[in-house]
Amino acid sequence: MQATSHAFKENARHALGDPNLQAALGILKRDFAGRRGAAVARLPEFEALRDQGRAIKDHVLENLDFYLERFEAKVSELGGQVHWCANAEEARAVVLAICRGAGARTVTKGKSMISEEIGLNEHLAANGIEPVETDLGEYIIQLRHETPSHIIAPAIHLVKEQVAETFRDAHRHLDPARPLAEPRALCDEARAHMRPRFLAADVGITGANFLIAETGSSIIVTNEGNGDLTQNLTRVHIVLASLEKIVPTLEDASTLLRLLARSATGQEFSTYTTVSSGPRRSEDTDGPEAYHVILLDNGRSNMLGTEFQDILRCIRCGACFNHCPVYGAVGGHAYGWVYGGPMGSVLTPQLVGIQEAGNLPNASTFCGRCESVCPMKIPLPKMMRHWREREFERHLAPGRYRAGLALWAFAVKRPALYRAASALAASVLGRAGRARGRFRALPLAQGWTKGRDLPAPEGKSFMTLWAEREKQRKAS
Amino acid sequence: MTDAREQILGNLRRSLKRTTSEGPETEAARTRLAEHRPNLIPARAASLDPEGRIALFIEMAREVAATVDRIAGMDAVPGAVADYLAQHNLPSELVATPDPALEAIPWHERPTLAIRKGIVEPSDGVGITACFAGIAETGTLMLLSGPESPTRNNFLPDTHIVVLRADQVIPTYEEGWMRLRTMKTLQTGHFTMPRTVNFITGPSRTADIELKIELGAHGPRRLHILVVDDEPAPA
Amino acid sequence: MAHTSEIASDGNVAPGARVGLFVTCLVDLFRPSVGFAAVKLLEDAGCRVEVPVQSCCGQPAYNSGDRADTKAIALQVMRSFVGCDYVVAPSGSCAGMMRIHYPELFADEPGFLPDVQRFSERVYELVSFLSDVLGVERVIARYDGTAAYHDACSGLRELGVREQPRKLLRGVAGLALKELPGADVCCGFGGTFCVKYPDISERMVSDKIADVMATGADTLLAGDLGCLLNMAGRASRAGRKLRVRHVAEVLADMAQTTPPIGAAAEVR
Repeated sequence: MQATSHAFKENARHALGDPNLQAALGILKRDFAGRRGAAVARLPEFEALRDQGRAIKDHVLENLDFYLERFEAKVSELGGQVHWCANAEEARAVVLAICRGAGARTVTKGKSMISEEIGLNEHLAANGIEPVETDLGEYIIQLRHETPSHIIAPAIHLVKEQVAETFRDAHRHLDPARPLAEPRALCDEARAHMRPRFLAADVGITGANFLIAETGSSIIVTNEGNGDLTQNLTRVHIVLASLEKIVPTLEDASTLLRLLARSATGQEFSTYTTVSSGPRRSEDTDGPEAYHVILLDNGRSNMLGTEFQDILRCIRCGACFNHCPVYGAVGGHAYGWVYGGPMGSVLTPQLVGIQEAGNLPNASTFCGRCESVCPMKIPLPKMMRHWREREFERHLAPGRYRAGLALWAFAVKRPALYRAASALAASVLGRAGRARGRFRALPLAQGWTKGRDLPAPEGKSFMTLWAEREKQRKAS
Repeated sequence: MTDAREQILGNLRRSLKRTTSEGPETEAARTRLAEHRPNLIPARAASLDPEGRIALFIEMAREVAATVDRIAGMDAVPGAVADYLAQHNLPSELVATPDPALEAIPWHERPTLAIRKGIVEPSDGVGITACFAGIAETGTLMLLSGPESPTRNNFLPDTHIVVLRADQVIPTYEEGWMRLRTMKTLQTGHFTMPRTVNFITGPSRTADIELKIELGAHGPRRLHILVVDDEPAPA
Repeated sequence: MAHTSEIASDGNVAPGARVGLFVTCLVDLFRPSVGFAAVKLLEDAGCRVEVPVQSCCGQPAYNSGDRADTKAIALQVMRSFVGCDYVVAPSGSCAGMMRIHYPELFADEPGFLPDVQRFSERVYELVSFLSDVLGVERVIARYDGTAAYHDACSGLRELGVREQPRKLLRGVAGLALKELPGADVCCGFGGTFCVKYPDISERMVSDKIADVMATGADTLLAGDLGCLLNMAGRASRAGRKLRVRHVAEVLADMAQTTPPIGAAAEVR
């Protein structure tokens, strides 16, 4: 997927002025945060589980080679196949080869962010194989030729009227006058549309929330059941997973699953949590004949041992998106690539480069709300700051900004000079603003004064007044 | 893909500052796999007695819009199913998995019910299956794939009815894994997973449109659970 | 001097403790009243307040990725406040910088780290210092109005400042405290963020002011002047009748000595 992260400011401006998007984001801000809060309140052990989750993933990262090798051995034992792919191009090629080998014409897809990351759908389509997105949100955006705007709720940027319009345009065989005003009708229509596609597909592709080294298993978590129909009805099941999805045991997966749904949607457990291990057994009467796991690196191994390693603990719950006021203002498309929100602001520069994605870690107030709700206790603001440090070292920030910062630092490191400058500014601005108490406009401060008044200083700096007070005190 | 494999593992080992994963630094990992210890278990279900667990299971399952009927024995299943289908204006036709756990059900006592045993067809509206366990902590059913329990029977029908014996209600997922490991090891001498283990918590749903929850996305619209008391486990 | 705070008997600080006031650059430039309110609260609670030479805690450089300048500034701050039993700032953001981030800055410098840690563990945000360290249970103050309290992010998440200001405000005569929905949502200031991404910042602060107005409060209080300048600036541009003050001004019973933030001199 081509990144437009460099255009974040423009994207954001557009997003702020989009009434449908703002209405949709209003619903997200109102509902999502409360749902997680309620679920967490119901489980007294939640905080302790966060610590355990973090410990499990940190342990995995310290032993990542070991667990991946064990996983591979187990998958082979079951009659499945693991494909190691260093980058997106290799992964696309492998998936295409498997699909061609199966004589596939249509491929059903469960939701997979890795699929977005490697640009799989376009590649399959360009090679005569039709990808069918089955997750309702993914299906909607596939019809609209859009990309997901949230890692677990891909169509969250739309209001129901937009979805209805999309269905009317796409499902032309249906009565144009049919009522589509409510999500119920839209859901029923998607269900009816998708059922025959599930049954006709040759290959089913899913993502993986987790891979389990102990058993050679992959886990998907859905509420719709589309992932199950995708992987079970076809002859071939392909799992797309990045390296860091691996966990050691079934028990470890259970711990992480307790954190996942609660953090993501506020559910106790997702409707369908499915653990798949290899192809069908010889005695089974259903299930895929072939099980392929794509293990994608695409930059992950480079993060190990660096100051960005902790982002590899991410379990893709989306809680950080749901609680981020910046995401809540501009939505996911503004970030310009597959992963937005706080976790995307840390991961995207790694995958597409800091020059392309520099805006992302900069467009944060470091309020820390993301880190406070992250089930894996990932220090997101800290890593965004590390990106800013990398930018600073490489002189990537705009020249005007660097100059201003250098001037400011020069003064701050010389307290006597700083005190004089502050006293002067307090005096000049204080005098200018005394009558109204605030400035509606100020040279060099348009960023602020475009939408806000600037309160006027009181007229003397604190240090000046304190010195005067102390002098008076000594005199008396 | 050997090149990619070597490249990736090489990269990982460079970051981890070692040349092999078979050395003493990975001892803790080897032990972790071998012992597969549970981590922290929430007290919610673990602290309950069997009757309390059943009550919790039923409460949690109803919370996620499954319907639950508690009945006295396998003999009561046909009546309970017939009543349920009538209540929801559903036709009296079901497909049942050829599961030994359903063997004892006296379907003939309700001749109006048309039962077919086997794998589900797209035209089947109602399916009945057994299950491996019911997890009280979140009202979750645990089902295993197998020759007598094809996975698609859990997903294709509009209505899914599950027979859950009282002695199958367990507190946690961890208890479920333990039971599965034990059963498989007894059966075959070693532990291998079935192709699919499904954890099902309520009927299918989506909230993809304006976060409004709608039931019956692609999986079953209705999940009806029959909790059956006083049945010994089948031999 | 008259004491206007009541101190619980288990206050575990020796009377006359030397408190270095870190006044913060925004208070120094825009609103010294906040600094004097802090001094009053600390002196009333029995502390000896000093104001060592200071400029800034270094956060703007830190958040811009300039570690070298930040370290230089941090060392300067630490040297200046040597000899103080405590370092107290009327700002969760600056206190957080010094208490939480200074040790992180020097984490890989074992030569400096012990001294940095000894400094950082003496740093406190003002209201939590009064409440948690000095054991202040009540202040004697009057403020006639209905107030909403905004939780500034650093104070809340880095330093756990949440209950303390609410507890002390509830003891202020005449003040009705309204709980603000989304009190813990960022106001959009974020230091350099508000000028780097002004459109987004403006949207965030507009949402915040809308939430405040919806409570029916006539007063908005918070513990960080950056947030307050941002919110006051938006409120007045949007024509909202809202009195915006630093919580220290109200607790120190000094609201009558200075107009609210952004108001003209004659407004009370």
